[in-house]
Amino acid sequence: MIKHLRSAADLDAETATLILDTAAEMAALSGREVKKLPALRGRTVVNLFYEDSTRTRISFEAAAKRLSADVINFSAKGSSVSKGESLKDTALTLQAMGADAVVIRHSASGAPHRLANWVEGSVVNAGDGTHEHPTQALLDAYTMRSRLGRLDGLRVSIVGDVLHSRVARSNVLLLSTLGAQVTLVGPPTLIPLDVAAALSPSTKVSYDLDSVIPDSDVVMMLRVQTERMQDSYFPSAREYSRRYGLDLPRMRNMPEHAIVMHPGPMNRGMEIAPEVADSPRSTIVEQVANGVSVRMAVLYLLLGGK
Amino acid sequence: MAQPRADAPSKIILAGSDLSRVVDRIAHQILEKTSGATGTVLLGIPTRGVPLAHRLAARIHAFEGVEVPVGSLDITLYRDDLRLKATRALGRTELPPGGIDGLRVILVDDVLFSGRSVRAALDALKDLGRPSSVQLAVLVDRGHRQLPIRADYVGKNIPTALSESVKVAVTEIDDTDEVRLIGGLQ
Amino acid sequence: MAYLLKGVSILGGKPTDLHLGDDGLITDRSDDKAEVIDATGLVALPGLVDVHTHLREPGREDAETVETGSRAAALGGYTAVCAMANTSPVADTAGVVEQVWRLGREAGLVDVQPIGAVTVGLAGKQMAELGAMATSAAKVRIFSDDGFCVADPKLMRRALEYVKAFDGVIAQHAEEPRLTEGAQMHEGEVSTRLGLTGWPAVAEEAIIARDVLLAEHVGSRLHVCHVSTAGSVEVLRQAKARGVRVTAEVTPHHLLLTDEMASGYDPVFKVNPPLRTARDVDALRQALLDGVIDVVATDHAPHAVQDKECEWSYARPGMLGLETALPIVLSVFGEKWELIADRMSIAPARIAGLAGHGGDLTKAGSPANLTLVDPSARWVVEPGGLASRSSNTPYAGMTLPGRIVATFLRGEATVLDGKAVK
Ligand SMILES: [Zn+2]
Repeated sequence: MIKHLRSAADLDAETATLILDTAAEMAALSGREVKKLPALRGRTVVNLFYEDSTRTRISFEAAAKRLSADVINFSAKGSSVSKGESLKDTALTLQAMGADAVVIRHSASGAPHRLANWVEGSVVNAGDGTHEHPTQALLDAYTMRSRLGRLDGLRVSIVGDVLHSRVARSNVLLLSTLGAQVTLVGPPTLIPLDVAAALSPSTKVSYDLDSVIPDSDVVMMLRVQTERMQDSYFPSAREYSRRYGLDLPRMRNMPEHAIVMHPGPMNRGMEIAPEVADSPRSTIVEQVANGVSVRMAVLYLLLGGK
Repeated sequence: MAQPRADAPSKIILAGSDLSRVVDRIAHQILEKTSGATGTVLLGIPTRGVPLAHRLAARIHAFEGVEVPVGSLDITLYRDDLRLKATRALGRTELPPGGIDGLRVILVDDVLFSGRSVRAALDALKDLGRPSSVQLAVLVDRGHRQLPIRADYVGKNIPTALSESVKVAVTEIDDTDEVRLIGGLQ
Repeated sequence: MAYLLKGVSILGGKPTDLHLGDDGLITDRSDDKAEVIDATGLVALPGLVDVHTHLREPGREDAETVETGSRAAALGGYTAVCAMANTSPVADTAGVVEQVWRLGREAGLVDVQPIGAVTVGLAGKQMAELGAMATSAAKVRIFSDDGFCVADPKLMRRALEYVKAFDGVIAQHAEEPRLTEGAQMHEGEVSTRLGLTGWPAVAEEAIIARDVLLAEHVGSRLHVCHVSTAGSVEVLRQAKARGVRVTAEVTPHHLLLTDEMASGYDPVFKVNPPLRTARDVDALRQALLDGVIDVVATDHAPHAVQDKECEWSYARPGMLGLETALPIVLSVFGEKWELIADRMSIAPARIAGLAGHGGDLTKAGSPANLTLVDPSARWVVEPGGLASRSSNTPYAGMTLPGRIVATFLRGEATVLDGKAVK
């Protein structure tokens, strides 16, 4: 098993599949009355969150607690982290506390890679800057697999602000590893340079959502921050949502079986219409539930053995 | 515990029809001891306990026409030796639709050795429900118990040395039925 | 003290004896009292000249001082360095440049030639008192806002014109600021993979293209700092072919390292301009050979530990360079001594207006500014073993060819047996 999960690129197909299979077992166990499992008794998991993300933190916390790990939340607000203590000094503190795993959320790309140099335990990336968010990609893949039965050969379109999206990067890497065909869709200003060469040669790029939709098994909408307008990535929210938003007419052009995903939090009315977000094709609520199972699987596989 | 090397000498203890006969015998014992296997659930412990549980249910049905529900109980997350080895993949836990509450659960495993797996199974079971009683059926008892645990049904007692290991193969997984004793000095 | 360098090879030529008189000049007369140095197997080069050094004093003495930087320079074979203006306070007045100049004289290990800021506080708004700096004791000739680009085209034009009065030169840090907002590394495949904001090559090339046109228009000299892209090389090649008075420098790190080094997010590889692609590295090497790029300059940029032992995007850009420049150039180009002497001593001395440096070692009467290199020596770079006060070298653990054995500044040894004399 790997030691850290810093990037979806840390996972080969076998390991990624093992995580998804383990998550399925975890999900099966979560239906019962006694939710706690003893596997990580005596292990300490630290949630080191430099960015506010209650959803992700709670998901990791629930996952660690269900496996009986001791959880320490170390959030940027109200701790030495916000008083200018360096990541390295914080790492040394966590090391002294005997952290077996550090789950880190940070606004700087690569912070988990840096952290891994300074702690002995496992490092799990819970989102770093505009780089990656590998557990989100795992739960997305898990959701696709449970809804559509497979990943190999699946046609997945990821739509929106790919340039600034850590979710997109991790999804491209993971889905390609697992045999899916990914198409990135968005205005050219929001598609990063050389993206296929950088992430996976099979990745396609399109600037035309309407042409992609009929051939998509999965349409994943990314959150688009309206601040991007000020930086000339697109002219207006109205034009963006007309060209790249998923509304009802566009959803009707999706194949019968196709699903709609969104990593959240959504801008309803911007990248996704409310009726689409709430439709039966939408997996948005499932994604949240699957997040706990997938994170249990990751923590178990990283910490469960020698 | 020291494992014999892969190329260590080995000896077949049970093969093919012998193994089937042993399963038949356990099925008869279960019928006898449980007065017809009513109110009983068989839970196989992955990996090889699961097909064995299904075989027992099939034989019980063949002998007496009783349908005994079968499930599986994975103990990985309850093991006390998790940290001694590389991370293990999980097996499946699947209770029969009627659950286990108030029923007689018979745990089915291939080999009974230190007893630690059974202890883990009892811990796992307690988180899943409240059976009226729990019994244990094993294909092979090789001795060397480290805990006060004994089996209610034993297919075959095989005295072993600690340096030996017992390997059970079942057709459903291994394409053959046999019990092999590996290593030691014979 | 007089020295006799026995059996030395000047620029790789036949072994000969080189006399350094106690008047600080090269001489053809022997002196019985001269200290004899067995220079068998050693190559003599004119003392190296760096047109782009950050000495950090005043302001960041925790990262480097004029003295520690001078020592690093001498150990790297340098006899003169041009100290960049982005200190605190900024070297934008006669007072500050004279302070740096004086500190250099006190250290006495290399000639420290201050560079003056182009604009007040490097803010890019108002021209600094360039004339006062030029006529100060420091006799400033190179002006640069390095660290920042003089982005305003009108201001750049005026600065280029203004310095003609005292034969000055503007050294431009070519970086279009709007195109590099938040930039962390070269924009390309690797930045996409790492999720770091890209620094596009065009942000450098567009400024160089603009500035060579401005220099051409007003008939001024322009020097381009740390050229880093193949596209910039093409712009310079065309400008030079048209006769524009432009010179350019390349750093050792841009001749060797690529953006792939960022993959582990270790900020020791963060530098501005950023490490580029292998294609750029090839173009820069060829340009230095062709003379399209005139000089190798270190952009020696020491940083305190806390400014590098952190997240990539929080780290300051810059790398140490003085003690590794010659070995890197040797490892890239081999023992091309004439080329090395020109690009690392003669041409930079000419650009900086440093008479007495980059002289002819075979000519009696030349100032005895030179360095002795053992080209057969190999050494492993250990950050802690460097003379710089900082340790942010990107070459840690690398085995490099060429060791500086001795350096002489006006006939006085600043380095002997590979050790600084003070
Ligand atoms: Zn610069």
